[in-house]
Amino acid sequence: MSHSLVALAVMSGIVAAGSIVGLLARFHHKMDLEQWTVGGRGFGLVLVWLLMAGEIYTTFTFLGASGWAYSKGGPVLYIMGYAPLMYVVAFFLLPLVWEVGRKHQLQTQADFFQVRYGSQYLSAFVALVGVACLIPYLQVQLTGLGLIMEVASFGGIGRIPAMIIGFALVAAFVFVSGVRGVAWVCVIKDFLLLFAAVFVGIAVPYIYFGGIGPMFTALLRAKPNHFVMPGTTNNLGHAWYITTVLLSGLSFYMWPQYFAATFTARSGKILRRNSIVMPLYVISMPLMIIVGLSAVLVLPGLSNGDLSLLTMVRKTFPAWFLGIIGGAGALTAMVPAAIQLLTGATLYAKNLFRPMIAPGMTDPQVAKLAKVMVLVLTLGALLFAIYSSISLVSLLLLGFAGVAQLFPGVVLGLFSKRVTTSGVFAGMVIGLSLTLFLMLTGRDPYLGMNAGFIALCLNLAVTVTVSLLTRARVAGFDETFSSLEPSPAARPARIA
Amino acid sequence: MKRPCLGAVLFGLIPFVATCFSVALWDRIYPLVLGLPFNFFWLILWLLLTPLCMWGAHRLEEARIFREGGDPNEP
Repeated sequence: MSHSLVALAVMSGIVAAGSIVGLLARFHHKMDLEQWTVGGRGFGLVLVWLLMAGEIYTTFTFLGASGWAYSKGGPVLYIMGYAPLMYVVAFFLLPLVWEVGRKHQLQTQADFFQVRYGSQYLSAFVALVGVACLIPYLQVQLTGLGLIMEVASFGGIGRIPAMIIGFALVAAFVFVSGVRGVAWVCVIKDFLLLFAAVFVGIAVPYIYFGGIGPMFTALLRAKPNHFVMPGTTNNLGHAWYITTVLLSGLSFYMWPQYFAATFTARSGKILRRNSIVMPLYVISMPLMIIVGLSAVLVLPGLSNGDLSLLTMVRKTFPAWFLGIIGGAGALTAMVPAAIQLLTGATLYAKNLFRPMIAPGMTDPQVAKLAKVMVLVLTLGALLFAIYSSISLVSLLLLGFAGVAQLFPGVVLGLFSKRVTTSGVFAGMVIGLSLTLFLMLTGRDPYLGMNAGFIALCLNLAVTVTVSLLTRARVAGFDETFSSLEPSPAARPARIA
Repeated sequence: MKRPCLGAVLFGLIPFVATCFSVALWDRIYPLVLGLPFNFFWLILWLLLTPLCMWGAHRLEEARIFREGGDPNEP
């Protein structure tokens, strides 16, 4: 009992400190929709770094990387494969998205489709897809939060009360301080997470095996094939790796919350510089994987691989340390959940409800509706997390494959005048239908390949074909980008 | 739209080739490097090398933006 009290006290302290920072961040800022969703477009290098790194390292990284290393072995390497690649994509894509965002004062991903394709139906559809894909992602964070509290309290707090407490806090600081609050909580969270990853990743193999090298020697002796693909699975081989890494790397920034985080930056250059150094931050992932692999030998037979990191910490370290890890883990669930809530709520109010149902709404009314939606989405995700039994990984993969279908609309839309509204619409509908069909009928991976990737290929083909058959709205492309080109008069002066 | 220059795109392709398409070549345990399985070591190495590639791409892009009359150092 006293153990659980110590761990819980430390953990609550960390969560409380994080929440207070989040709530304080609103000072000196008037909270209109612009400030709430994109922080007034004034974030510099440090805040953008924290926000982008902070919202990307979710519970899935924290518990999932060690969990997959434990239960699946080799296939976990896909996480280390796609993480640097998504920043390569970001390097080329985000500065362009940012420029369009600045010119048209965009706040959401659906806004982007609105200015590029000039169709509020397409934009509303994009918003709908975004909200639908965010719900499973929110559910992942919630369930992770529940697991963390349950283990850290030595079973003292049930999973469901833990989820309710955590999410009430998240909703509160999203409600009050918007994206700025989220960015500041990342300061605490990232510091703790890095500390936890480095310390645990080095200490655990050292304590049980005498070092990382000896841990691998022991693992290879006991299970020689655990850490090459397909690991303990029979269908996650090299074709699966390539298609999954491509799908995740290419479409990562199609998640509406990461897309919209682009708009918080003060300049496009900040985004480019950020993308260059961000892969270094991924260094915490191999350490999480090492903990999961150590657990294969030290804690065989866990019912749920996602528990391997926490169980390992609880077995190895004193209760107060479990509290620190639990607190870091809880914030790792809460911060991304906050930004997901904020994005989902804004998408719904601004791009779905107003244009489709109540065109007369004013901006302050939209802001108010978005805040109400934070509460609705929180409750919805809670109910899903409590009652649904679909596994976390399959939920997240479904969401990932879903947002990936936005890729042709964004990328072709940025680079080509020929792509048309009907083309993008048709491609997305076909891609989403195929994704849903393959995944819900248990055909993922299909022919050894990631189902979402197959759907994305078909989506691209349909988008291009239909675009070539329909008349392009070239004006939309020109309106979106024209004034971004430097004026001819400015050029000679610059060279001189 | 201002397209990125070819050189920068080629720099960006290097990590894709090294960590994605070539998986069959490096997904093996031996030789162990620094006590780590080769596939693990390879991917950690590319966490460090990817920023180098992108730094190269960044230099080329800044030169292009300057050539086209933009200011790469604008805020």
